[in-house]
Amino acid sequence: MQAASDATAARYLHFEEQVRWRSTETAFWVATLLPFLLFKSYLSLASQVAITALFALSLDLILGYAGIVSLGHAAFFGLGAYAAGLIAKHGWGEPLSGLVIAAAFAGVVGYAASFIIARFRHLTLIMITLGLGLLLYEAANSASWLTGGADGLQGMRMWPLLGYFKFDLYGVTAYSYSLAVLFLVFLAARRLIHSPFGLSLRGIRENPVRMPAIGAPSPARIRKIYTLSAVIAGAAGALLAQTTSTVSLEVLGFQRSADVLVILILGGAGRLYGGILGAIIYMVARDQFSGVNPQYWYFWIGLLLIAVVMLLPNGILGGLARWTSRWTPSKRRGAP
Amino acid sequence: MDAVEAARCAVSAPALATRGLQKRFGSLVVARDIEFALPQGARHALVGPNGAGKTTLINLITGMVQPDEGRIFLGEAEITSSLPEERVKRGLVRTFQINALFPHLSALEAVTLAVCERRGGGGDWWRRLPSMHDEIDEAYDILRSLMLDEHCQRLTRELAYGQQRLLEIALALATKPRVLLLDEPAAGVPRDEIAELFGAIAGLSQHISVLFIEHDMDLVFRFASRIIVMVGGRILVEGTPGEIAADERVREVYLGRRGHG
Amino acid sequence: MLVSLFGVVFDGFAYGMLLFVLSVGLSVTLGMMNFVNLAHCSFAMLGGYVAVSLMNSLGWPFFATLPVAFVAAAAVSVALERTLYRRLYRASDLDQCLLTIGIVFVSIAAAAYVFGTIQQPVQLPGYLRGSVELLGIRFAVYRLFLVGAGLAIALVLVTSVELTRFGARVRAAVDNQRMARGLGINVEATFAITFALGSGLAGLGGALAIEIVGLDPGFAFAYLIYVLIVVSVGGLGSIRGSLVAAILLGISDSAGKYYVPQLGAFLIYLVMVGLLMWRPAGLFGKR
Repeated sequence: MQAASDATAARYLHFEEQVRWRSTETAFWVATLLPFLLFKSYLSLASQVAITALFALSLDLILGYAGIVSLGHAAFFGLGAYAAGLIAKHGWGEPLSGLVIAAAFAGVVGYAASFIIARFRHLTLIMITLGLGLLLYEAANSASWLTGGADGLQGMRMWPLLGYFKFDLYGVTAYSYSLAVLFLVFLAARRLIHSPFGLSLRGIRENPVRMPAIGAPSPARIRKIYTLSAVIAGAAGALLAQTTSTVSLEVLGFQRSADVLVILILGGAGRLYGGILGAIIYMVARDQFSGVNPQYWYFWIGLLLIAVVMLLPNGILGGLARWTSRWTPSKRRGAP
Repeated sequence: MDAVEAARCAVSAPALATRGLQKRFGSLVVARDIEFALPQGARHALVGPNGAGKTTLINLITGMVQPDEGRIFLGEAEITSSLPEERVKRGLVRTFQINALFPHLSALEAVTLAVCERRGGGGDWWRRLPSMHDEIDEAYDILRSLMLDEHCQRLTRELAYGQQRLLEIALALATKPRVLLLDEPAAGVPRDEIAELFGAIAGLSQHISVLFIEHDMDLVFRFASRIIVMVGGRILVEGTPGEIAADERVREVYLGRRGHG
Repeated sequence: MLVSLFGVVFDGFAYGMLLFVLSVGLSVTLGMMNFVNLAHCSFAMLGGYVAVSLMNSLGWPFFATLPVAFVAAAAVSVALERTLYRRLYRASDLDQCLLTIGIVFVSIAAAAYVFGTIQQPVQLPGYLRGSVELLGIRFAVYRLFLVGAGLAIALVLVTSVELTRFGARVRAAVDNQRMARGLGINVEATFAITFALGSGLAGLGGALAIEIVGLDPGFAFAYLIYVLIVVSVGGLGSIRGSLVAAILLGISDSAGKYYVPQLGAFLIYLVMVGLLMWRPAGLFGKR
């Protein structure tokens, strides 16, 4: 009898292992509160990091988990930013409702796009995502009556958060707001990943051909996760607009799509924390080296990309996982 | 065909049947007027030289390729225009000639995934996987029936090739098939593991009708109750192992000139 | 009206020829090995800078720099292929994209460091400057030269692919790699040579491009988009496809800039997305 219940426990534990909340995670999230105490002058940077982390998280859901390579994900970031910006500019400066509306808007566009995305793979998909992103950028550039064009969106007026906390230059409100949204979305994403739906996403990533053969409707799943990813990216864009009270064209630009891709790969895709870690490292480094000519910044990023692809294919977290698995006995190795 | 099988056939519709199936790719005709029936509980083999169109036939039946003409029936229902995943839900399942597995999922995860899909909970995003005991138990039982339970927590890419072939079958079984199409199940499997594999196939429930493609004629003669021979996209002849062994045309195809398909 | 239309179409045709020379190498190597080399235009940029350096620092005549641009780009591509690309032939699309994007970033920064970010001046020989009148229409001499050169290159490529043994191997490898291997064709060697040739052509294209579109460090990226459009619309592995797509793109771009400049590149991207959705494998692609 003992043996039977051991076996029982073991097979549930196999899943439990990946799902349980680890102490390092608690430590991490507690550490995110540090900027309030130790790095007060860096709170606006911290806010930017949180926003970028949220954006990277949205990309991880489609890239790391469902295997969709997108070179145009900034489209949704930008759509959320402009939506939030336009709402605030035209009289409704309430942050939370603005955030929800902007994210929903990005989600609707994402839903429409998902029908296209779900049908293609490989180079065609990469080109289509790239093309759609570029398309949107050009459209926004041309529609300067709406977006402000190259000058950016002017005249946003944000009301205090929850009616009390004003957005100011110190960034306390900004960081609290961004961090709270990041944390809540993270919890939801975590729940999603550790559900049967999340498992099916990994199935799609690992072998899209096999999925219909086990009765799984891949296109429908891809559409769902893509839409969700668009909503989250839109939320990140809206946060940026609201916390900085400006929106410029670069939120839709290829640079931003490429940057978030680099950030996610750096941290490690398919691990939920990879985007967050990558965002922290990338944004802090960029801030430290901000005096340096942007050309040279991209030189080092280029080298880093080459190094990551050749040496650390699963990003920093992947490398860490491999390293720690050498020291701890475990029944499974490899990416989750 | 023995008396029991004949009686069964007379009473109910065949588990799987095709009528006049045709497919061409450009000027190449890969399936020509394919007509056959797989009775309930059958253990039939589909053989033929390379390029005869066997895998193409499987692709046509499962819906991965659309036929130009012809109809396909699963039991009483016509499935000619159903999507592949719909056919799977109705119980028509195939395995792949080259493993189509999930390299970074563990065996248990992979089979659990298939079980969840079958039960309809594959899209549930709010349930926690560890608490889905029913699904995990079912997956574990399937793996145990194929003697993979000890290795179920290992990543698919770390399993031995023979075990991976068994996992292929486990994934198919998780969908509770009524008709199982095995595309060269023993391909690439080391000699000593083949017995285990075919023992498992032979031990499958009588409720499942099996059609398997195989090149190894020893295995075919041992495990099949009926053999269909395909050459050049059409069915050459169909019969019991004894009948096929004695058939002149089959001898010519296999021992005389090597068919180009 | 008609004259200006003809002028626009001719300009676009010439631009298309340039795009063809830049893109054809990528199309064939993508079709053969499915290796997504986003650094293709870095080789083009390299060719351009080599040509410029030879002309401005060493006073070489324009035509003499062209073969050197070709060889330099080919040589660098071989070095990269041996050291980095080779390991990633079986890797995912994403990894290949990331590696080659990394190379693009490095190349842009290196170019900026060595040559600065200004547009490079180019000295065309006298006989290539100005315009000439044919059948009552003024044609820019350089553009005529481009059209001639592009068509000549296309002819050489098509005949060598159709008529030489090497060309037959290339066709077989593009068509069905596994079967080609089975027939005893050394696919790796064929690919390495094709890759070098394709990159060399890109370098040549880069040198040719300076007069038409200018050369600065952003070239590696700006023209990558156009090249990718040509390749994906034309179909992977198809020389004919690259030619048709390049001409289409060149004329559309030229017409767009002339007739609806406020739309910018919007039209091009829209047409590309639409075309890809209609024919995911490109106009002449096979997968």
